[in-house]
Amino acid sequence: MAKLNVNPTRMELRRLKTRLKTATRGHKLLKDKSDEMIRQFMLYIRENKRLREEVEGELSQALKEFMLARAVSSDSVIEEAIAMPGVKVELKTSEKNVMSVGVPEFEIAEQEGGDLYPYSFASVTSELDNSISTLSTLLAKLLKLAEVEKTCNMLADEIEKNRRRVNALEYVMIPQLEETIKYITMKLDENERSATIRLMKVKSMIENR
Amino acid sequence: MVREGIAVVGDKDSVLAFKAIGLDVFPVEGEMEAREKVKNLARTYSVIFVTEQIAEQISSLLMRYKARPYPVVVPIPSAEGNSGFGMKGIKADVEKAIGADILFDREDN
Repeated sequence: MAKLNVNPTRMELRRLKTRLKTATRGHKLLKDKSDEMIRQFMLYIRENKRLREEVEGELSQALKEFMLARAVSSDSVIEEAIAMPGVKVELKTSEKNVMSVGVPEFEIAEQEGGDLYPYSFASVTSELDNSISTLSTLLAKLLKLAEVEKTCNMLADEIEKNRRRVNALEYVMIPQLEETIKYITMKLDENERSATIRLMKVKSMIENR
Repeated sequence: MVREGIAVVGDKDSVLAFKAIGLDVFPVEGEMEAREKVKNLARTYSVIFVTEQIAEQISSLLMRYKARPYPVVVPIPSAEGNSGFGMKGIKADVEKAIGADILFDREDN
C-alpha cells in the first residue's frame, strides 16, 4: 500500500494520528449504519414481496373482470359509463425518514362525495361493478406498494453507496494512514539515532585529541 | 415544485379500468410514445403506475427514477396478465443491497 506523500515531521505525525482516529471511528459508525440499514431493508423487502404478490393477484383478477365486462357490452357503452368518474382521488404526499434516507409516504385524502358507480346499473353488467369495487379497495394497497417499493429502491441504493464508503475507509484510507504513520515514526527514530551517534563520534574525537 | 396525483400508463385495455376509480389514465401504444409520456408525467405526478409490458420496454428510463423519492414508478400487471417484471425489480433490489439473492432462491429449492 502506497504511503501518503508527506514530510516526516512531528507535526505531520500528530496530524496523521488524529486523522487515523477519525477514520477508524467513522469506519465503525458507517459499518454499524450499514448493518442497521440491511436489517431495515430486509423488513421492507419482505413486506414489498408480500404486497406485490397480493396486489398482482388481485389486480389481475379485477382487470380480467373488467375485460369480461367490456366483452359483454359494446365499447361505447363502457366508455360512456366510465367517461366521467364520480370520484376523484386526492393524494397527500410527504417524506419519511428511514435511516436518513428520505422516502415518500402517501395518504389518500377522503374522496369527497361522489358515487363510485357513475353510470346506470341498467346499461352495464355486474362484472363492471365488481371490478370497479375491487379496484377501488385495491387502491390503498397499490399505494402502500408504491411506498414500500420506493423505500426498498432507495434503501438498496443507499446501502450500496454506504458499502463503498466503508470499503474505501477500510481498505484504502486506514491502511494508507497507518503506513504513513509507521514511515514517519521510523524516520524520526532514525534521525534521533543518527543524532546520538554523531554526538558520540564528536565526543570520542575530542577525547582522542 | 408540487407534485400530486396518480397517473396510470399502459395499453388501452388495461388502463381504462383505472379511470373509473378516479385516477388519471394515459393510454399509450409503442415504446416511443410511452417513453415520452412517462418523461412528461414524471414532472407533475407523484405516483405513476406503469403496466409491466410497457415498463419492460422503457426500463432504462425507469432506472433513472429509482434513486429519487419522487416520482414513484410502480410496474403493475396488465389485463393480459402478469409477466413477472415487478418481481424482478424486487430481486434486483435484494441483489444490489445484500450482494446475493436471499429472498427468492429459498423457494426455488
